[in-house]
Amino acid sequence: MADKVLMKGNEAIAEAAIIAGCRHYFGYPITPQTEIAAYMAKKMPKIGGVFLQAESEIAAINMVYGVAAAGKRVMTSSSSPGISLKSEGLSYLAGSDLPALVVNVQRGGPGLGGIQPSQSDYFQATRGSGHGDYHMIVLAPSSVQEMAELTVKGFELADTYRMTSMILADGTMGQMMEPVSLDLEVKPAPEKPWATVGTKLQRKHNIVNSLSLVPEELEKFNFERYERYNYIKENEAMYEEYLMDDAEYAIAAFGITSRVAKNAINEARKQGIKVGMIRPITLWPFPVAPFKKAADKVKAIISVELSMGQMIDDVKLATECKVPVTLCNRVGGMIVSPEQVLEAIKAVAENGGAK
Amino acid sequence: MSTKQMLLSGFGGQGILFAGKFLAYKGLTDGKQVSWLPSYGPEMRGGTASCSVIISDEAVGSPIISNPDILVAMNLPSLDKFEKSVVPGGVILADSTLIERKVERDDVTVYYIPATRLASENGFPTLANMILMGKLLEILGEFNADDMKVALSKVISAKRADMLETNLKALELGAKF
Repeated sequence: MADKVLMKGNEAIAEAAIIAGCRHYFGYPITPQTEIAAYMAKKMPKIGGVFLQAESEIAAINMVYGVAAAGKRVMTSSSSPGISLKSEGLSYLAGSDLPALVVNVQRGGPGLGGIQPSQSDYFQATRGSGHGDYHMIVLAPSSVQEMAELTVKGFELADTYRMTSMILADGTMGQMMEPVSLDLEVKPAPEKPWATVGTKLQRKHNIVNSLSLVPEELEKFNFERYERYNYIKENEAMYEEYLMDDAEYAIAAFGITSRVAKNAINEARKQGIKVGMIRPITLWPFPVAPFKKAADKVKAIISVELSMGQMIDDVKLATECKVPVTLCNRVGGMIVSPEQVLEAIKAVAENGGAK
Repeated sequence: MSTKQMLLSGFGGQGILFAGKFLAYKGLTDGKQVSWLPSYGPEMRGGTASCSVIISDEAVGSPIISNPDILVAMNLPSLDKFEKSVVPGGVILADSTLIERKVERDDVTVYYIPATRLASENGFPTLANMILMGKLLEILGEFNADDMKVALSKVISAKRADMLETNLKALELGAKF
């Protein structure tokens, strides 16, 4: 315990990024993630890094593009409306196969919405967010410790697969403090022979570009990129199962809602209802395997979300609709309560899972 | 103590978030699991600030508190807003300098502490929050000078280290009230 410190989720992300070797941060302030920028503003100048508050989100993501092209670990962070602005840049990063880390501490939408917690950017995050065929690796922490660990993991995955990793958190996760151990293991960044860092007149120059006017070539790039995506789907899905061994009902939840759900599950168990939880840690790739397994075992699944029902689609796809999947949600900055989740559990348990 | 859910609420500037952070560090020092969640919003000076602190023997589930075991109310709007949410059998600590009315419920234990007045009279007018924390820790049976010093050293910046003893005095004053 002695080595644990209390930190806000936002601060834990910032410190973990520095530990992971990130020395370039570009951002534009927006609630509820501003502590990330504030932390970077304080720390980066002291360790020879760059903190730059750009003139806009669009400028910030393009600065990220520049540093990523030069082969350095780089990040930006924002909240929902800001991520929409960054989405053009996210598409360009994907089209150029550049590694970067992007943090979205979600707030309620659509539009400017509010500033309270939300998970309603699930579609935006898992379906690419900008134009064109592409994905980002999407990591969903459910504790401040995971905010730190998944930040490191995000940089590593980004470098390994030359793509963007996104930390998809929410206002609660960003603002809450919990004990965190910053004794994080970091794998060194791989060689990046493709980086545009000068040829020293010893090699052909590297080109980083997302423009490709020959359809045959552009198709080939897309096919190759999706081969890589398929490999990631097979190898990088992460999840946690909670009390699933004897579960007759399952909850699907990520991030803050998984914690609320845990309270409800413990209470339901006391009342004799055998319910467990599958908590996706990667939202893309979605952990299909545990849901497939659960589909042959449980009578119903409840998707608990702070959205109008977005992850529920992936749950239905993963289970091939073999069992009923119901939604338990709040939106607009409201948060589901353990009591609400317990009611949802009782409702499906009462009719044995039938719709 | 298995799990204690505590809600601290008052005006911005009364040190609600600081007091909560101190409580959380106190729990951490005692080897407990803790979480600290502030209200955040488009707040203005003089607006309401609150924070939820959970201290538990087990991993903390939801950090959001809908029904606190203990409410620390440092102003009237806070008592008005949260009185009903306290669990039956719970505890309310009220700063009676600033809250003139009595708690209406009869199924909770109430401590009226004139924390703001005590703080002024004793020469540390900004530490009403810590007087209440002293009482809170005493009620919980967690009033322990060594652990409190450790926790204080985590929340008081090195530049203000001279404030540690003053904070400790405020805690003791609250515990003895």
